[in-house]
Amino acid sequence: MSQITITIDGKGIQADKGKTILEVCQENDIHIPTLCYHPRLPITGACRVCVVEIEGAPTLMTACTTPIDRDGTVIYTNSERVLEARRMVVELLLASGKHDCLTCESNGRCELQDLAYELKVESPRFPVDPPEYPIDDSNPMILRDLNKCVLCGRCVRACNEVQVNRVIDFGYRGARTKIVTAYDKDYAESNCVFCGECVQVCPVGALTEQKARFAGRPWEIEKVPTTCTYCGTGCTIDLNIVDGKVVKITGNEEGVMNKGSLCVKGRFGYDFIHHEDRLTTPLIKEDGSFREASWDEALGIVADRFAQIKDKYGPDSIAALSSARCTNEENYLMQKFMRAVIGTNNVDHCARL
Amino acid sequence: MAGLAAAFGSGASTNSLVDIYKSDVMFLIGTNTTENHPVVAIKMKQAMTKGGARLIVADPRQIDMTRFAHIWLRHTSGTDVALINGLMHIIIDEGLYDEEYVRSRTEGFDEMKEVLRRYTPEFVEGITGVSQGDLRRAARLYAQAQRASIFYAMGITQHTTGTDNVKSLANLAMLCGNVGIEGGGVNPLRGQSNVQGACDVGALPNVFPAYQAVTDKEARRKFEEAWGVVELPAQPGITLVEMTTAAAKGDLKALYIMGENSMVSDPDLRHVEEGLKRLDFLVVQDIFLTETAQLADVVLPAASFAEKDGTFTNTERRVQRVRKGVQPPGEARADWEIIADLATRMGYEMKYRSSTEIFAEIAQVTPSYAGISYKRLEKEGGIQWPCPTPKHPGTPYLHKDKFVRGKGLFHSIEFIPPAELPDKEYPLLLTTGRVLYHFHTGTMTRRDEGMNFRYPNGHMEVHPVDAYELGIENGEVVRVASRRGEIEIPVTVTPRSPHGTVFIPFHFFEAAANRLTNPALDPIGKIPEYKVCAVRVEKIGQNGGT
Repeated sequence: MSQITITIDGKGIQADKGKTILEVCQENDIHIPTLCYHPRLPITGACRVCVVEIEGAPTLMTACTTPIDRDGTVIYTNSERVLEARRMVVELLLASGKHDCLTCESNGRCELQDLAYELKVESPRFPVDPPEYPIDDSNPMILRDLNKCVLCGRCVRACNEVQVNRVIDFGYRGARTKIVTAYDKDYAESNCVFCGECVQVCPVGALTEQKARFAGRPWEIEKVPTTCTYCGTGCTIDLNIVDGKVVKITGNEEGVMNKGSLCVKGRFGYDFIHHEDRLTTPLIKEDGSFREASWDEALGIVADRFAQIKDKYGPDSIAALSSARCTNEENYLMQKFMRAVIGTNNVDHCARL
Repeated sequence: MAGLAAAFGSGASTNSLVDIYKSDVMFLIGTNTTENHPVVAIKMKQAMTKGGARLIVADPRQIDMTRFAHIWLRHTSGTDVALINGLMHIIIDEGLYDEEYVRSRTEGFDEMKEVLRRYTPEFVEGITGVSQGDLRRAARLYAQAQRASIFYAMGITQHTTGTDNVKSLANLAMLCGNVGIEGGGVNPLRGQSNVQGACDVGALPNVFPAYQAVTDKEARRKFEEAWGVVELPAQPGITLVEMTTAAAKGDLKALYIMGENSMVSDPDLRHVEEGLKRLDFLVVQDIFLTETAQLADVVLPAASFAEKDGTFTNTERRVQRVRKGVQPPGEARADWEIIADLATRMGYEMKYRSSTEIFAEIAQVTPSYAGISYKRLEKEGGIQWPCPTPKHPGTPYLHKDKFVRGKGLFHSIEFIPPAELPDKEYPLLLTTGRVLYHFHTGTMTRRDEGMNFRYPNGHMEVHPVDAYELGIENGEVVRVASRRGEIEIPVTVTPRSPHGTVFIPFHFFEAAANRLTNPALDPIGKIPEYKVCAVRVEKIGQNGGT
């Protein structure tokens, strides 16, 4: 890429020819608001929130789609004309939806809310006329409230071009345009596989995690990055924690393997963590049924019985099954325990199953 | 794992998953990727829809990936060796193989060529049911690609000829010069978060960490010194399925099970139950009171992945961090803490304060992990072994310029049919596997509202023609019997499974596919033949039923 010199907001900048205005601004810490843009998705320039003024251009241009190809280009990202255009976009969006933030799960991490605040739009100058779509709570995973949808199309691109599941698309025309599944059915009746990629990229509160409703506000959530427990792909997930409980799981956008994408199990299959059936104390079987015991008693019995059996029948009369669902550290200790303490190589795990 | 190790010198996946974007042709065999490795599948689908990659799928079932396939080879279950030999026969016959690569980097070619001679397209069509035209098209597509990659999973390994199947795939990849390059290779997709890591750190009966053989005196000496013990056992131990057999015979007296639900996952469950019940002492350490834990004498409550620190090694050899987010419930403890406490009580002190200290010890005794530390993982996100030194960046793909064993070894492999095939008494072929919404024995996913909403219980796929012949309808509960047991299960009538083959997912205890499966093992890999056995399907109400 060859370098050219351009001027952004009166400042001379060296830029790679062919990069978009948005990319160059991001590299130079110049803030341009966006809505339909998402770093992992193909660019469509649909929302017009990122418009900038280019000297000599008859209209405002979208920063996300416009490449810089001419030396000496002069760009204004903050002129009154630009700000007025952005305000208009945001006001139209606010007027055409039901953007009540009071109990919205996205309150505090909503890109529309951030835009309104940034552009000081307290209320739209147009009458608010939301479409009154029924809420799709047809399933326990994804809650769909199209009254909050801004038609940015991020979910459509995520479903079709990232996950290549091809479940949703734009439907109908004009003011009646909405995001639909085939035959405009709810998610439960569609062929959706609930990967949740659409939820992950939704900038507003139109698509949210059903199970996380009223579990905590975005600013109360602590995110702990870790590796998914299911298959061997090794997706990086964020445990979203409120008050010591995992309230939802999101894809980690920095994850080497998955870049934020997940599957249905990885994203929604976490009920087991805080399930009431979890074992909470050691159990010892007496006369055919279990009774609760202390660690001291339970481990004492295990140590004694292993020692007795080893003495009587030799170390090879004892075996262990380790686990491909436990960590390296635990598998290492299990084989060390069997070899160094019991004295047998009888240790295997479920790799063969 | 044994198959790749014999051919290349390392049993691990050769390439990185991001290499998917660099492949011209992908060959998927025995992997239902969309359901079992969904995030790997999205990379494959992107490579085809955005890039120009071409896809060959070989699978008896009409899995989702066949929708994206340029060629779908619908071979009969258990005929993989014949299929792959047939492809190689055509590639050699048409002069499409990489002669220079074969000459300079491999050995055993001439012997293999001799064996391949009789695997003509006509002969192979007869065994596999794949038309000669499709065989030729697939062979040409794979051989003529600049960079072609192979992906496989349990559909290849869970056969009595599993090791042969893997060796055959290694043969095919080497024949076309596809090993040791970006975007190529032979890539097993591991089905559980840490299969690769559990193997790497020695949770296997024949090797210490980093595949150092227990029969090797030098290796034993090294670990005796590292662990401070006088003498480590030299005799390889017994494998998982052999353990239940030994227990049933009374040779095995005690079993310590950590995070494993044998009463759902193992073949021939009646036999497993017999074995576990005959033990003098069974300890199960788990997060739930599983079907297996219910048989235990002592149950130890463990922490889940969200409640502990550690590392997992993914299918492409990438070591990544597991981080504690929440406290374990009640008195549950991390598995490593429990094992260390038990060892100390038995007179062998294990005093680790954290998983960091254990990992540091792993790095000391595991040459392929020697350069990895928590500090590096924190900074770099994940590192692919081999990583021998702290400055080493990790290894995205193996066997570049030279195989781990020196030259790549071609194996001459003849087709052997599965151990049990349909006959008059048991006329249908049963194959088993997983579905998207559930994981392994269902311990975790069957307690999930979302997964159960989408997939509440098991059902059996039956081809419409078989359903017609049996007089059964969609949704009807039928009895399925094999020589080992029987279950009752509702039917889904679908052409997804071929005529003559039924499919049952194994997650569901109340209709456990593994009451039916055949515990016949691959002689080397000791993997049971989950993918083929013979069954009979009966309408309930007939033959003295209810």
